[in-house]
Amino acid sequence: MYKIIRKEILSDTIKLMVVEAPHVVRKAEPGQFVIVRINETGERIPLTIADYDREQGTITIVFQEVGKSTKHLGTLQPGDEISTVAGPLGHPTEIQKYGTIICAAGGVGIAPMYPIARALKNAGNTVISIIGVRSRDFLFWEDKMRYVSDELVVCTDDGSYGRKGVVTEPLKELLASRRIARVWAIGPGVMMKFVSLSTRDFNVPTMVSLNTIMVDGTGMCGGCRVLLNDGAKFVCTDGPEFDAHKVDWDNLLSRYQIYKKEEILSFETWKHKCSSDTDCHCEGKR
Amino acid sequence: MSKQERPKIPRQKMPEQERILRRSNFKEVALGFTEELAVKEANRCLQCKKPTCVSGCPIGVLIPQFIHALRRGDMPSAISIMKIKNNLPAICGRVCPQEGQCEGRCILGKKGEPVAIGRLERYVGDYELAHRVCPLVRQKDTGKKIAVVGSGPSGITCAVDLSRNGHSVTIFESLHVPGGVLIYGIPEFRLPKEIVNSEINYAVECLNIKILTDHIIGRTITLDEILSEYDAVFIGTGAGLPSFINIPGINYKGVMSANEFLTRVNLMKAYLFPEYDTPVRIGNRIAVIGAGNVAMDSARCSLRLQTIFGQKAEVHIIYRRSRDEVPSRKEEFHHAEEEGVIFDFLTNPVEILGDAEGNVRGIRCIRMKLEEPDSSGRRKPVPIEGSEFEIEADIVIMALGTSPNPLIFINSGNLQRTKHGTAVADIETGRTTRERVWAGGDIVTGAATVISAMGAGKRTAADIHRFLMEENSKN
Repeated sequence: MYKIIRKEILSDTIKLMVVEAPHVVRKAEPGQFVIVRINETGERIPLTIADYDREQGTITIVFQEVGKSTKHLGTLQPGDEISTVAGPLGHPTEIQKYGTIICAAGGVGIAPMYPIARALKNAGNTVISIIGVRSRDFLFWEDKMRYVSDELVVCTDDGSYGRKGVVTEPLKELLASRRIARVWAIGPGVMMKFVSLSTRDFNVPTMVSLNTIMVDGTGMCGGCRVLLNDGAKFVCTDGPEFDAHKVDWDNLLSRYQIYKKEEILSFETWKHKCSSDTDCHCEGKR
Repeated sequence: MSKQERPKIPRQKMPEQERILRRSNFKEVALGFTEELAVKEANRCLQCKKPTCVSGCPIGVLIPQFIHALRRGDMPSAISIMKIKNNLPAICGRVCPQEGQCEGRCILGKKGEPVAIGRLERYVGDYELAHRVCPLVRQKDTGKKIAVVGSGPSGITCAVDLSRNGHSVTIFESLHVPGGVLIYGIPEFRLPKEIVNSEINYAVECLNIKILTDHIIGRTITLDEILSEYDAVFIGTGAGLPSFINIPGINYKGVMSANEFLTRVNLMKAYLFPEYDTPVRIGNRIAVIGAGNVAMDSARCSLRLQTIFGQKAEVHIIYRRSRDEVPSRKEEFHHAEEEGVIFDFLTNPVEILGDAEGNVRGIRCIRMKLEEPDSSGRRKPVPIEGSEFEIEADIVIMALGTSPNPLIFINSGNLQRTKHGTAVADIETGRTTRERVWAGGDIVTGAATVISAMGAGKRTAADIHRFLMEENSKN
């Protein structure tokens, strides 16, 4: 069992948790992820490691509440325990000195981007970060991102903060005006797809961190397989970072939908159980 | 009873859950012998002076001796005889392919039916789990620390034997529960998870073995790091990597590896969705490609899921050879047919077909024929030109074998692997190319059986013990 040490509400649907996982933290590197299972009946879900503290033996996870598991996880409090935290999984980001690089992050993707940007900065790169969220209310870690970036552009879809528009707009301007050695993109599938299309036009190598359906996270199930132009790969063991220009985006986006129906049923069942359970202490209840 | 009378007793049938009923649940199909049936069956054994059955057992269970004790009603002796060689009899009795091993060599089988050794073994194993009359005992502490990587059949067997010899054993397991393929692969109706858990827990408690779950070797901790803390390492990480055939369409929604399908169903209990969170996609026509044990398990799980979730129940097994070459355990093939799985023999998939939304809609297949047997005696299947046709299916499960997971080889020094991805190791001793590292089970042989992995775990444990004791006497 792994204890939740701290919890922070970053926005309406995005939460941060610091979890005791001394076995994971020893080797955790930027770009890697963990598999989390809340309790005995829980599913195994992949969550990117947003930060880690080797001295404290803790990792930080940041997640957006979208389905049953993430919403349930969001109801847990410091002191509560999680049944499974396994990892670190996947290949770490290849950190070296590339020159001027861009870190483009959308929504909850800002969290896993943070340690990558930090490591790239520490390796001597000039880091330009572009972070995009729906509106001001969804923005988090602006200060942290600013701290590890030489330049930071903030975009909101509705223009309620920073620049109005999506991340690809400032991205394209930068690609057209500056010599960019490499781009990283983490965010919703559609956002990564359009970053990929933009950078392809400028022939700039681009890495995306994919978050697909997974069960074990260790190469056993193959549910996470992604089609690249040179064959199928497993996100859990071959990734999670891939050359964006090789990814079959339409197939990737279509595979997100595999369990849509079941995800809704799972959430409805849980919500119902939760609202009829007088001992339930979740936030929805309070 | 005279020797002439014994073979006249008919082989006792195992009570089974009714054919139609069992399709709607995941409860065990074979219900086990009662005491009366067990004694009756035990009475059929001729107690051969030179028992051929034992030579057919990969771990050399003292078969005539345990059967003799059983028919005298002396269960404590039957169990202690069993445990000389077999630490997990309730599991072996359920999943061993006895027809090709002990029972295949039973002298009674020459004229009639062999003694049901597997069923008797299971009876003894179950009796012990219920009564615990014969706990495993640990020898005096040797002061040696051993790491076992993987808690499947080979790892558990190796760990138990080493602990019995007085070594301190820590098992590293990547999943959240120990048991490996016994937990994620073999379905509940064939091997109840409660049996696996209690066999493992019982042994672990008796011997004080430490199990660290959620530890992925190569990622959480590397082999190099383990070696700096332990005197010896056994690698029993199995063959967990699924193979996909290289045909177009494998990434349509609804195509799964059998590993994914079975892991969702067995490890994550998708058959209890939404009480358990993990779902599994099913459909009205499920096609399983392959005809080994994993394919049979997938097909039979599919039928049950269709019934439980109120779908039309239709499951096909697509196999490129014919009925005579089906590689699964006989009983599994029999049960699958009995439950209504449809077998499409001499059929090979060429392409998986999808609809506009990217969902599977069928498989384009080609008819096959078998050539005359080659020097190895196997008949090679060849496609019949122009015989392509389509099979409708909304789910395709690929049960085409597995290979070892390469994660173990990360920072593993000079631990060599073959071009098939298996670890290079001596089949008898389990010694790898790296000093103080042994390996056994599917990681060495490629996907095989539970019992052959247990055999490897056992032989390797003996070699590790020998090595550590020699080292001790040198110092």
